Amino acid sequence: MSAEKTLSKEHTNQQTSSSLRNHSHSSSQVQRRRGWNYLFHALFLLATLVGIIVLAFLLFDIVKRGWSWLTPDFFENFASRLPSRSGFKAAIWGSLWMIGVTAPLTFILGVSTAIYLEEYSKKNWLSRFIQLNISNLAGVPSIVYGILGLTLFVRILGLGSSVLAGSLTMTLLVLPIVIVASRESIASVPSILKQASYAMGASRWQTIRHVVLPYALPGVLTGTILALSRAIGETAPLIMVGAVTFVAFTPENLFSPFTVMPIQIYQWIGLPRIEFQQLAAAGIIVLLIVLLTMNAIAILLRNKFQR
Amino acid sequence: MEQPRNMLQKKQSWRNTVEAFIPKFLLICALLSVFTTVGIILTLLFETAGFFEKVPFLDYITGTTWTALFSGDQQKFGVLPLISGTLLVTVGAAVVAVPIGLGSAIYLSEYAPERVRQIIKPILEILAGIPTIVYGFFAITLVTPFLRSFIPQLNFFNALSASIVVGIMIIPMIASLSEDAMRSVPKNIREAAYGLGATKLEVVLKIVVPAALSGIVSSFVLALSRAIGETMIVTIAAGSNPTFTFDPTSTIQTMTGFMVQAAMGDITYESLSYKAIYAVGMTLFLFTFVMNMLAQYISRRFKEEY
Amino acid sequence: MSQQAISVDNLNLYYGQNHALKNISMDIDKNSVTALIGPSGCGKSTFLRTLNRMNDMIPGVKIEGQINIHNQNIYSDQVHVEMLRKNVGMVFQAPNPFPKSIYDNVAYGPRIHGLRDKKKLDELIEKSLRGAAIWDEVKDRLKDKATGLSGGQQQRLCIARALAVEPEVLLMDEPTSALDPISTAKIEELIQELKTSYTIVIVTHNMQQAARISDKTAFFLSGDLIEYNKTEQLFSTPKHKQTEDYITGRFG
Repeated sequence: MSAEKTLSKEHTNQQTSSSLRNHSHSSSQVQRRRGWNYLFHALFLLATLVGIIVLAFLLFDIVKRGWSWLTPDFFENFASRLPSRSGFKAAIWGSLWMIGVTAPLTFILGVSTAIYLEEYSKKNWLSRFIQLNISNLAGVPSIVYGILGLTLFVRILGLGSSVLAGSLTMTLLVLPIVIVASRESIASVPSILKQASYAMGASRWQTIRHVVLPYALPGVLTGTILALSRAIGETAPLIMVGAVTFVAFTPENLFSPFTVMPIQIYQWIGLPRIEFQQLAAAGIIVLLIVLLTMNAIAILLRNKFQR
Repeated sequence: MEQPRNMLQKKQSWRNTVEAFIPKFLLICALLSVFTTVGIILTLLFETAGFFEKVPFLDYITGTTWTALFSGDQQKFGVLPLISGTLLVTVGAAVVAVPIGLGSAIYLSEYAPERVRQIIKPILEILAGIPTIVYGFFAITLVTPFLRSFIPQLNFFNALSASIVVGIMIIPMIASLSEDAMRSVPKNIREAAYGLGATKLEVVLKIVVPAALSGIVSSFVLALSRAIGETMIVTIAAGSNPTFTFDPTSTIQTMTGFMVQAAMGDITYESLSYKAIYAVGMTLFLFTFVMNMLAQYISRRFKEEY
Repeated sequence: MSQQAISVDNLNLYYGQNHALKNISMDIDKNSVTALIGPSGCGKSTFLRTLNRMNDMIPGVKIEGQINIHNQNIYSDQVHVEMLRKNVGMVFQAPNPFPKSIYDNVAYGPRIHGLRDKKKLDELIEKSLRGAAIWDEVKDRLKDKATGLSGGQQQRLCIARALAVEPEVLLMDEPTSALDPISTAKIEELIQELKTSYTIVIVTHNMQQAARISDKTAFFLSGDLIEYNKTEQLFSTPKHKQTEDYITGRFG
């Protein structure tokens, strides 16, 4: 019995070694290999679908909870102890103020840095050091930027927990995103266009101003919009800067205390009554609509001007 | 004879001034990122030094009780509970995100028809753009109740729920970075394998993944560094009870969770509790810094040359 | 006897360790077409780019010797490279119009050099487009994107763009290599017209083209100027074995 088994096993081995010639056997082996391929194809597809399913659940659940709270009152009321009197007005205006300061700052600083690195810097230790800094800053947790903001802007510069302190913190946080996107876009400007400009006697800055920047602008704007959408959704750095207080007014100037949408949502999440959870969901709907709109604009810009 | 034109003539002087001024201005902007790094390090170092004047360093890194916000004698500054909490969440996130992220990357890079890819890629981008506060809300309103219906002894605030959601959050990052790495494997290497009769799965596992391994591994490291620094999800879902444990069902606190809790409380700038924020911030910064450097090292050191 | 426009004296150019141009000396006649030929990598394009200092921007390039254009050493410290390039225009291998309107492409140079007057600009643009034999094709759509033109039209637009800064010398770096035969013929015809007002130096990989359009031809090989002579003579009775080998197609 066992001898027979061994024999047949040997036989199989022999068959495998000569499987190229043995058609029936090799085709069953191919069948098995293809079977594995199909199985894993399904598994990889399933893994990809996890993200989509989660997104669908998340959106559905949030809309279900928050939808009925999206009334005009929600946009006109300030925060309150009573859910029925609570609204998002201070948070929306705070976010607008913050973006109003952060947007021009990040754009100017980010594009300038990118132009310097792509068009002016020589390949020396300084430019390598700056690049190393930028790639490391991109990986620093946002809450650490919050600590920097708290120490530098709130305390040392004495700005307090103001719109300005929060905006400056956010600017530093999202700057690496704008720099990286702008550099990529500037590097993609064909060198023959720059050469044409130089060959007509244009100076370096004229070439940058009239050829490089117009060509790179869509990419730069896309990067800036994505960076700002990150800034709108960030919570932790502003908590550190001290934006979590009871704010029932819109900012009057750069030095006003303020709250932003994610922080108001965070405060509602922390309150015990179920209605506050629904308010949080309503706030999230508003926040997500703003972010999706910004993302859509960025994607449109990218597709429209993609060369 | 025609008079030759002069190439020596000076351009308008304001233009020369502009040309000379602009690179300087741009350099100052570029140096801002250096100042930011220096600012972060100095800020953390200064207050952390003050912290270690009062708390022995050894007690900090070996202590298993963290009660930084208590008053007086009850204050204990053993950071291990915060580190164990952070690691618990990070490891859990890795268990969720690594297989799913890599699977999606393989699907998108190797299997997906172009049309499907063009639908799924933007969805992943949207997922990557969802604020962490939204994920936090998702964790306590959906994931935690769902888990508690299976595991009745699960605490309402627990590491498990937080780590699953942090994992979901970093899936797009792993998927997109790994996909980039795999798509940069040249076509002719794949075709050589197909030419020998390999199935798609064999090409993926034996050719593409090994060739892109440095990029894939560095995407894991970057994503986990992101998980370590993640704040809102863990603050909302994992609780604020620093416990030295590796039991995912328990309520814990991460380093970031403590920083938020402390910043929201009423503490004075001179207090030891306040300085503890910086010590924990420094610890967090070092963790993520080392991981980011590691990721850069891996992707540079083991970069495949095609 | 024709006048000299450019005189090159003992020019050496190094890319780092690589000695790319070796002791080049040659005089280029005013209002004539001078062709530079030779196999790829022989230094003909590099030489062309020394004439408007386009090599300056490449890191690690070192240049020795003198180039005089209208008796001014263009590598002297006092020369403003922007003004030099205004006097020595250039047309590139592939048409490279800016992604702007046809009008703005031609107006680019004059605007850079400070011309703001709308009327003068309009006149200059018409003159330049006529000069490049493309006016009739584009006069009704000056506001259209230049990138919508055909390849041959784009290249003539690029010539018009170069003419608009009113140069005296026009450098052309294989200007027809990306074009079809009909467009090529148009450009060659145009070059013949342009030489009455401009000094033209053209790099070409096409010997027939050099024979057709140039008055003098220079043959480069591995950074050396092997032979420089009247075009008919260089092609009918080359003095050097290497020139003969090249023009009879034995290498390159």
